Order: sequence, then C-alpha cells, then structure tokens
Amino acid sequence: MTPSPETVLIQNARVIDPSRNLDLTGDILISGGKIVSAEAQVPPEGLPQGCQVIPAKGLVACPGFIDLHCHLREPGFEYKETIATGTRAAAKGGFTSLCCMPNTQPAIDSAAVVDFILRRARAEGVVRVFPIGCVTKGRHGKKLAELEELASAGAVAFSDDGDPVHDANLMRRALTYSADLGRPISNHCQDRVLSRGGVMAEGWTATLLGLTGIPAAAEEAMVARDLALAELTGGRLHLAHLSTAGSVALVMQAKERGIPVTAEVCPHHLTITDTWALGNKGTNGDSVGTGGYDTATKVYPPLRQQADVDALVDALSEGIIDCIATDHAPHDVVSKRVTYQDAAFGISVLETALGSLMQLAHRGKLSINQLVERLTVGPAKVLGPSFTDLATLKPGTPADIVLFDPDLEWTVDTRQFISNGKNTPLEGVKLKGRVAVTLVEGKVVYQALNTREQGS
Amino acid sequence: MPVGNLTANGAGRRHVLDLDDFSPQEIAAVLDNSRAMREVLGRDIKKVPALRGRVIVTLFYEASTRTRISFEEAGKVLSADVINMSASGSSVEKGESLLDTGLTLQAMGINVIVIRHPHSGAPYLLARHLDRVSVVNAGDGLHAHPTQALLDLYTVREKLGKLEGLKVVIVGDVLHSRVARSDLWGFAKMGAKVTLSGPATLLPPEFLRCKGRLPESHALASVQVDTDLDRAIDGADVVMALRLQSERQDGGYLPSLREYVRRWQVTEGRLSRARPGALLMHPGPMNEGIEVSAAVAHGDNSAIQEQVTNGVAVRMALLYQLTTGNT
Repeated sequence: MTPSPETVLIQNARVIDPSRNLDLTGDILISGGKIVSAEAQVPPEGLPQGCQVIPAKGLVACPGFIDLHCHLREPGFEYKETIATGTRAAAKGGFTSLCCMPNTQPAIDSAAVVDFILRRARAEGVVRVFPIGCVTKGRHGKKLAELEELASAGAVAFSDDGDPVHDANLMRRALTYSADLGRPISNHCQDRVLSRGGVMAEGWTATLLGLTGIPAAAEEAMVARDLALAELTGGRLHLAHLSTAGSVALVMQAKERGIPVTAEVCPHHLTITDTWALGNKGTNGDSVGTGGYDTATKVYPPLRQQADVDALVDALSEGIIDCIATDHAPHDVVSKRVTYQDAAFGISVLETALGSLMQLAHRGKLSINQLVERLTVGPAKVLGPSFTDLATLKPGTPADIVLFDPDLEWTVDTRQFISNGKNTPLEGVKLKGRVAVTLVEGKVVYQALNTREQGS
Repeated sequence: MPVGNLTANGAGRRHVLDLDDFSPQEIAAVLDNSRAMREVLGRDIKKVPALRGRVIVTLFYEASTRTRISFEEAGKVLSADVINMSASGSSVEKGESLLDTGLTLQAMGINVIVIRHPHSGAPYLLARHLDRVSVVNAGDGLHAHPTQALLDLYTVREKLGKLEGLKVVIVGDVLHSRVARSDLWGFAKMGAKVTLSGPATLLPPEFLRCKGRLPESHALASVQVDTDLDRAIDGADVVMALRLQSERQDGGYLPSLREYVRRWQVTEGRLSRARPGALLMHPGPMNEGIEVSAAVAHGDNSAIQEQVTNGVAVRMALLYQLTTGNT
C-alpha cells in the first residue's frame, strides 16, 4: 500500500453526495485525510508539491459504502475469512465501513472480543470495522448479553444474526433494555419452527428439486412479532435482510404508524431468484440443469420469487427499506462442495455487490443517486448520528470515498476474488459497473489495475 | 446368445439423473430395449456378454432391497462386474465425503456408479465433478427415482398397450415421494394425464396453488390435483398408491392413520370407479391395510409383482445404453 500523501485531488468525477443532494461534475480535494472541497473544479496551479492526482473522468465519486451486515469470520473461522482478507475484499467492492456480525467463535458477547476485533482491524484491516455485539450471551437466546459493556467497548448494534432472537419475551426485554444505549437491535427474522428442515424458498423450484421449502411466513411471522414489540417498547428495531413481499407490506404499515423501525435488503434478494438453484443461472426455471443444486445459491433468507424481488426493489426505491447490506457470508470450499442439504448457508457478496446493484440502475429501477444513498446515508442513519460524517462528502469530514465506473462490463471470476469466500452464484456472470478506487481517510486502499476511463 | 433388436436412440447420454431431461423418443427407446431385456430374463440361462469387462458400483447411503438387488441382477445378467457398497462398513463411516468417495471410485476405473442417497441432488454433485463415470440415480432424497418411473411406464405400456391419453392417479404422500416426482415427468412426457390425490398436507404446496402458473407448453402443465380420491379415481386407467410413512402422523401431517385409511386407502370399492381393467401399482415397500387394502394389493388389477420383474429389465436396458453409448 502506498503511503498516504498529504494532499489528494480527484479530478473530473461525477460527484454524487446524497447527504447534500449533490450530483455534478467536479473535483474532490483531500488534505490530511479530510475532505477540503467536493464541488467546484480545483485549479491545478494552487496544488501543493507532491499532490496525488487521480483522474476520474467518467467515474462516479461518492462517499464510501457502509455495510451494516457482513461476516468477517474472525475469530474462530479464519479458514473462511479473516479481517485482513474481508476488509480488502470490502475495499475492492467500494465499502469503507463494515459492521461485522457476532456469530464468531467465541461470539462477540464480551468487551474482550469487541476489543480483539478492533485491534485486529487496526493492525490488519484496510477499511473501518465496527463490531456488532450479541443480543444474548453466546448467541444462545437464553440471557441478555451485557449490552452496555458491549456498547462502551465499541459495538455499534446488537444482533444474534445467523439465529433469530426466538424467545419473544427476551426480544421484548432486549428492545426495552437497549433503548437508552442508542444502538439498534438487528434481528434475523426466522421462525425456526416454520422453517424447520428448509433449505431454499418454498415454491415451484423447491418442488422440482425435491428440496424442503422455507415459507415466506417463516420470515413474516417474526417480522410482524418484532414490529409489535417495537411498538410496545419504543425500542430501536432494525430488520436484517428482508426477503419477501409480505415483509415489505408489514414494514410499510409499521412506518405509516410511526413505529421506530429500519430495514435492510441484500443485493442478491434484489437481483436473483430461487430458480438459480436449478443451475441455469436463472435462464430456465422449468427443469434441472447440469449445474443443478448449485449450493452457491443456498443462503438465508433464501432467494425467493420474482414477485418478491420486484416488491423489494420498489420498497428500496420508495425508502420503505432504508438501506442495502451485503450479508457477505464467505465459506470455505468444502462447506459448499457437498449436497444442497448439507451445504452451509451464505453468499460471498462484497466484491459483486456494486455490479449486481448497478443492474437496477441500468434497468431504470433506481437512479445511481438512490443506490448510492441506500449504500451510504441509509445505513449511517440506522447506526445513528455518530455515523453521519462517514456518509457525506462535506468539507471537514473523513475522506472515505469510492470511485466507480458505472458502465464498465466485467465477468465475475472467483479466482480474482480477494475474499477467501468464493461462494457466489454469479461465477461467470457478466456485470456492468465496477469500483476503480477506494479511499479510507484520504488513503488509497484499493485501486483497480485496468479501469476503462482512467488516465484519459 | 446376444440380445436382439436394440434401439440406439439415447446413445450418448452419460448420466441418468431424472426424467426431466429425457425426450419422449428417448423414453420410448428405453422401453423398447427393456422388452428385449425382458426376453433375456425369460431364458433358461440368464446371461449375455453385453457388459463384460465393465464395472458397476452400487453406492447406497440408504436402505434398499428391491432397487439395489434389481440393479445388481441387471448388471450381472449383462456380465458386468457389480460391486455393492453401502455407507456402513466403508470409509463413509470415517467421514469420507460423498465427492471424495466418487473420485476414489473413478480413480479405480469404475464405469458406472448407481447411487442412492437421502439428500436430494446428491447424484448431481457426482455427475458434475466426475468426468469419466456414468452416474445413475437410484433415488435421491425427495427428488427423483427415474428408474422406478421408467419401470412404471414400461409396466403400463406393456399391460395397457399405450401411454398416451391414459388417466393416471397417484395417491398418497406425494410431498415426500421421489417416485411421484419422476413419475410425473415420465407420464406427462409420454402424454398421459396425471392427477395427484391425497391429504392437502402431503401434496406439494405448489401443485395445490400453482393452477395456471405453469405455461401451457410446460411438460407438467397438465397435472391435476384433487384431494377427493373418490372423484379423482373416476375413470382412471392407472392407480398408483404411494407408501405412507407412519412418521407422517407424528409430523402433524395427518390426524391419524385411521382417518387416512378412511379417506385415501385404495379399496375395491374405490377401484371399481376406475376403468374396468385399470392397473393398481405401488413402488413398494407396501403397507397393506394402509395405502391399499390387502384384497386390492393381491387382486386381479394388481401389477405390483410385475413392476418388480420389469425393474430388472428396465435397468438392464439403461445400463446397456449408458455403457455402450460411451465407449
């Protein structure tokens, strides 16, 4: 990594700053890791000696993406991902801040583990890492974790992700108890009784494959429960990775009634359906292809049907869903090179997120500005006011910036992944839109080798 | 003495995973060849040299009587060497993964792996990663049992002379039945009309709900669902009863076996609503007195024993086509 020069100039970019509704062609001047200006063109004469110039014609420059939901696997599962590899994959994907889920070994249920992750991130990481603490001790769903201690140590939210907080009474207490801590409780909504044995979405594809389906009601029943509890307690509820049209309707209703709730959606639930499990990359939904039972499509919540995808995209566009989170869930090869039933749940998302999401912009479902908003301002709002400065290009704020080419076509090749998790159903798929440069605090943490417009 | 009059159609296929990727012509070719194999099975000396020097492994991760023995007999009548391997007593017990087991067998020069596995899609995992072996699905989870479907098709075609236009009723636990799934593909592709019947909790929810969701061109678009067996069986040419596992009662799918028997047991009374001479079939193993009455199971309409005999012939035909089509 190159040492951070005092001054950096990003030249001729399309500057998008959703925090200020800004979209113009201009320059971004950075000094001492902070943004000096991000609007007007900066005359080259006034630049100090040794200023690093990044030509950015044709590239979008915007605040770095904030991921509310990823799995860095450290400590405990370093064979799947580490803070070193995960943060580098994030930088490649345009993410400058990661909130990592506590389903590690040991789980993030004590100040000591929060501290370990923060130390590892400082030593090995290239982007900001914000641990999410457990709601319950050991993620066992029995007793509350020491939420205040976790918050003081640096946990930015609470979640038992990977598992729901199944006990409704405990969820109620968690929402009540945490209300004065200023941190949301992010729940993974899955009624384990309804989803028992399920490995993919209930539906025609599951019927064809003879795989046990997970009904949409498994998610919706708990979303409905949590909304009722949020109303009852006034606690800060955040709904992780929504996947069904029914969940969208519930959240819309709740927001109309003023219940304090936020929600996230993942790139895969916005772009692909359960038919991808048939192994035809979504092209044929009627029979099993040679790549059938593609375990890379196994994820919780499961990939669902087109009507759900459409509802989620609309909800994201309308702001019913506040933000996009990756749920990056890297796995080792062996965890996926088994039968569908035995395969681990999860998709490696960080490096394909932008390219996947840009399909929505290219198809006119969302503007690029909206997408950027849902990747920056949206998640920052979920986390609270202390994150506002990480989701803006306002002068004086940290220079966490991503430059991306919205039109660059590329083919997903997991051999090129930095993440240890090669588990993506998008292998070999063509995407349009790719990160060129990522800066954290004014320092380049990722630079693509060959971007189309750079240098022109 | 060689096998007479075999059709070459279908040569070039390497795996038999399910019937969804079979054309009607290819299915017809297997059925034609099965008839030639049936003739071999009727000889005094049941042995032809067709597969001499070929090695077949039956790799069974689940209990099986008729399917495993049927494959073994099929291979041996054709002079192949057949090795039986079951999960217990092998490296599988030491945790060897399915794929590693497959790679090991491939490295030993095995020609065909016949696999039964409790997980849907297990044969696809082998087929995708093994490049010198033919994989034959002998039942995977709830997904498919293509050789059973082929023997069902063969049995019906031999007994009733045709498949096209027949009304086939499949009754029972369709949800958990791999036989039903493959039969659906097979009968639908050959132009028969299938009606599924049974408790709504044991029918795939999509068949209950997806009325009109399938394009008309889809092979399964003609499938009907009717939870009322008395109505469904009306005018049927074939009635296929599926095994009801007693665990289903505990799983909350059924109030009681007694109620199941009352509503969905194939009885003489119900069978009398079918066409005269209609076939009663069952993939086995059968719970007499539950899904079928004892009288019906051994009555004139029953083709159950014939299904078993035909199973050997159909598997001979498939093994023959697979191993000779890929030399």
